[in-house]
Amino acid sequence: MTDTVSVTTVTVPSPIDAVILRAEHLTRRYGDAIALRDVSLSLTPGDCVALLGPNGAGKTTLIRVLGTSLRPSQGTLTVGGIDALRHPARARSQLGLVGHQTLLYGDLSVHENLQLYGRLYGVPELPARITEVLDTVGLGDHRDALVRTLSRGMQQRAAVARAILHQPRVLLLDEPETGLDDASQTALRELLREWADGGRAVLVSSHRLEWVQEMVNRAIVLREGELVDELQLRSPSAPMLAARYRELVGATLAAR
Amino acid sequence: MPPFVRQVLALLEKDLRLELRTKDALSAMLVFAFLVLVTFNFALDLRPELMSTVGPGVLWIAVVFGATLGLGRTFAAERDQGTLEGLLIAPVDRSVLYVAKFLTNLMFMVILELVSLPLFVLLFNVPVQPLPVIGTLVLGAIGLSAVGVLFSAVAGNTRAREVMLPVLMFPVIVPILIGVVQAMGVAIGNESARDMPWISLLIAFDAIYLATGAIVFEYVLEE
Repeated sequence: MTDTVSVTTVTVPSPIDAVILRAEHLTRRYGDAIALRDVSLSLTPGDCVALLGPNGAGKTTLIRVLGTSLRPSQGTLTVGGIDALRHPARARSQLGLVGHQTLLYGDLSVHENLQLYGRLYGVPELPARITEVLDTVGLGDHRDALVRTLSRGMQQRAAVARAILHQPRVLLLDEPETGLDDASQTALRELLREWADGGRAVLVSSHRLEWVQEMVNRAIVLREGELVDELQLRSPSAPMLAARYRELVGATLAAR
Repeated sequence: MPPFVRQVLALLEKDLRLELRTKDALSAMLVFAFLVLVTFNFALDLRPELMSTVGPGVLWIAVVFGATLGLGRTFAAERDQGTLEGLLIAPVDRSVLYVAKFLTNLMFMVILELVSLPLFVLLFNVPVQPLPVIGTLVLGAIGLSAVGVLFSAVAGNTRAREVMLPVLMFPVIVPILIGVVQAMGVAIGNESARDMPWISLLIAFDAIYLATGAIVFEYVLEE
């Protein structure tokens, strides 16, 4: 069977009422340096979007700005119809973030960490929900283990459990496959795809094109803080997508 | 339960559980205050008639120095472990974080004071009325914690955070220092301190510091 590959550079605007997250003209400066430059994007229900770009492209900054842990210098951000810059606390309940760090307390158990975050987010029926997410990420047998005693991969799975605990409408992940073995990477990919299929949105950054392309429906490419292109993927084929990516960023990441 | 109270209690419980497991802050605070008191005991040859004037200052300095160590860890540990971002992306008003950290430090300071006071009495042979002195110390701890948590967050954004915290905090807590020392002087027999409502002064500054901290804290945590 031959895959049909469609790699376009056209951004298809989504209907306003269907947009879960809308960012417009986001710019983030660190002193004189510009980490993000006039980036606009939107996520709709069912979207599973890859955020691609070489080191220093601004992927982590963009994820942090969208996750409201970093204020943009300019631009607007709306999450679920809420102005996330004016009412960040309300918008945050709809966002889940998996960053480079687990955001978990090493001297608390996995269960204690989830209990803390569950109470902060006001998760209803928390004990049952904790059991459910731990089973989802395969940590049901490690609920009472201190986080610092877990392997890197298990800690990352616990971080994912923390991020999905409150069932956010938008899940933002910054290279979440780091430290995971092949089986866990596959399980995470399935989880993210299911999350998007459930009427939510996922934005996942990664260096590994072959890992994200099997689950995403589109990819956006950052270079030097600018959103240089958006690739609509239908039945993607690794070689052609990789070639297009290389062409856009002038990097060798896709070949890794 | 209102969300504000639920979130404050969750954070308070987390901090106390972590301290029970690691004993990072409280042990350092207690040891340091003990060393300050012992050092003053060796350094100052205080006659009994001077104790009501000098003694409160000695005790409060030991408390402030010990408390500064705990305050310094308030956000340093969160930043070092990367957990502060987890709190910042939660749907939690910044005043919730401030109040939770304020209460955590206040509890540590009260424990510090309850341990330091008997040691002070023992080392300096000062007769004290426990309740007025403890009441004064707790009022002082409220102001100290209110200011300290705010400046701990400020100092945490700087490279030299261990230095910055006392540099920023000590000038601001001068009214608390004066109020505590004078009120405690009254409690242990310093006649010259009786003509001022020191406790009222302490309560007023506690209220000002707490209100200011809760309002300003949001801007301090912004990167």
